[in-house]
Amino acid sequence: MSSSYPDYPLRRYGNDHDRYDWSYSALRPKDGPGRLDVFIVVPLEFFPLTPSGKPFKHPGAMVTPYPDLRHFSTRDYGNRVGVFRILDALRDAGMRAVFPVNGMLLDRCQPLIERIAEAGHEIAAHGVSTDHIHFDGLSEADEAGYIDQTLELFSKKGLQPKTWMSPARNESYRTPDLLTKFGFDTCLDWEMDQVPVAMNTENGPLTCLPNHFELNDFNLLFTKRQSEDEWSDQLVESVNYLAAEAEAYGPRVMGFTLTPYIAGLPFRIHALRKTLAAIEKLNKVRVSVPSLIRSDWLQK
Amino acid sequence: MPFADPNLYDYWPYEDRPKIVWPDGKKLAFWIAPNIEYYEFQPPANAQRQPWPRGNPDIIGFSQRDYGNRVGHLRLMELLDKYSLRGSVSLNIALLDHHPEIIEDCVKRNWEFFSHGIYNTRYSYGMTEAEERAVLEDCIASVEKQTGQRIRGYLAPALTHTEDTIDLIAEYDFWYSCDLFQDDQPQPLKTKTGKLVSLPYSLEVNDVITYGSLSQSASRYADVLKRHFDQLLEEGEKSGTVMCIPLHAYLVSQPHRIRPFEEALKHITAHSDDVWFATGAEIAGYYRDNYWDQTVADIERRGLSTGGTGFSGQVTA
Repeated sequence: MSSSYPDYPLRRYGNDHDRYDWSYSALRPKDGPGRLDVFIVVPLEFFPLTPSGKPFKHPGAMVTPYPDLRHFSTRDYGNRVGVFRILDALRDAGMRAVFPVNGMLLDRCQPLIERIAEAGHEIAAHGVSTDHIHFDGLSEADEAGYIDQTLELFSKKGLQPKTWMSPARNESYRTPDLLTKFGFDTCLDWEMDQVPVAMNTENGPLTCLPNHFELNDFNLLFTKRQSEDEWSDQLVESVNYLAAEAEAYGPRVMGFTLTPYIAGLPFRIHALRKTLAAIEKLNKVRVSVPSLIRSDWLQK
Repeated sequence: MPFADPNLYDYWPYEDRPKIVWPDGKKLAFWIAPNIEYYEFQPPANAQRQPWPRGNPDIIGFSQRDYGNRVGHLRLMELLDKYSLRGSVSLNIALLDHHPEIIEDCVKRNWEFFSHGIYNTRYSYGMTEAEERAVLEDCIASVEKQTGQRIRGYLAPALTHTEDTIDLIAEYDFWYSCDLFQDDQPQPLKTKTGKLVSLPYSLEVNDVITYGSLSQSASRYADVLKRHFDQLLEEGEKSGTVMCIPLHAYLVSQPHRIRPFEEALKHITAHSDDVWFATGAEIAGYYRDNYWDQTVADIERRGLSTGGTGFSGQVTA
């Protein structure tokens, strides 16, 4: 062990960064009874046949040597077929969701984008594609270029999203500064609390809403190989638990993900319908979209 | 120059498609695809993929698959007989030479054969066009010679392709490809010649995926199949859907699995009023004759055609 092992210039009270302030939940004033706001994230992703794999393989990216038609087409199934089952289930439950979209999909899936907008869902920016991962090895100019390119693709469709989710929810140290520079006010990459957190950036605050990876369908149904019933039970349990916590302590927020090529498969739809119906029945739970959750939170 | 998007088919949203009705007003076309495969004991080395994860020889891997050939297929055949289901065999063509007895049992049952390459341990990566043509010509001629059948379907061995594969099978007058998993309805493929349908092969409910990749139990597999079927049957009311059960006897015919699997067949065959039980070529042929033009016209009408053919023309998303 070198003699400098215990040294770290940022060894101090609070976090070792200034992105947001340390806040211990026990020390917050009780603010109950409050409501639980749930947001549902439906990412629309483009997986090229030719991923660079930099700086890591995006979850769901090609697996076998080129041309991996198997994984290209199973991912594409989500954007062609699976997403429509999710849209129907949301409609039947009377719920709106947020759809983070890779900019490169906007042209390819134009009828889908129109359908999502008509149904009143929120459309968020989700970078250029799954092969455009933001990471600290990018120069500032290159990373800004990714965001600029994303916004250009959106503005061609008359869309000006203020909510952002990074491809693979990955960032560089400077991503939040760039996001506010380009006009974003809400981010779905982080999950450090049960309430929105205002991040400090060079250009003003960026609201981060808790997006639970532990409830992500890719994570539970694919990586951890759980059944759709186990997945559904855990979603409903989370919402129930947090509704009770909101009642006792004050407003709470949670988000979970429905990946079209995972949750949208025929054999999983019954579980999605069951989940949404159970959530819809609960009092003091509102399923909403990030932009609205943010503005309500700021007005509080 | 590799392509980011294969451009083998156009984006075509599942909603608001013109209606498909299967023969006799059926809502769902159901087919079952036993994979009858030969995995070599001493496969040639391939720079891009090692056939056996442990290297050659892989005793458990090889003998488990051989169990499928020696014991498993018969169990599955007898089970399908019980429910009057005909298989569409995804065939490694070399099995015609290795185990002709299995082929005879399929022929006796009037099962269909389609090509799943020559050996499942030989991949298409890096093949020249001439090599790929030779493989296809071998497949067509070998099956025809031994069974009298002209094969019409293709599933690349171990799901490995070149940029030419789909064009070549179309040129050799194949009717359907099981190589793409983009939909629960058939769709025309954009090939230079021919009339090739992308036929849903339901890879996500393949026994290899459910038992293997998703590590699910025998009874869970039956649940998955029943739920998959129920959903597609419900949707078939709006426009006809396709469901396939791709199987591997070395997995599904294991003694702890075959009876739980039977529960799924019981459930599915109880819906015979609404389900067309068919083979791959029957479904693809019916689609080509009755719905091919309708699909092409709808994609055109909605402005979704990107033009060109696979691995050419427009390449961006």
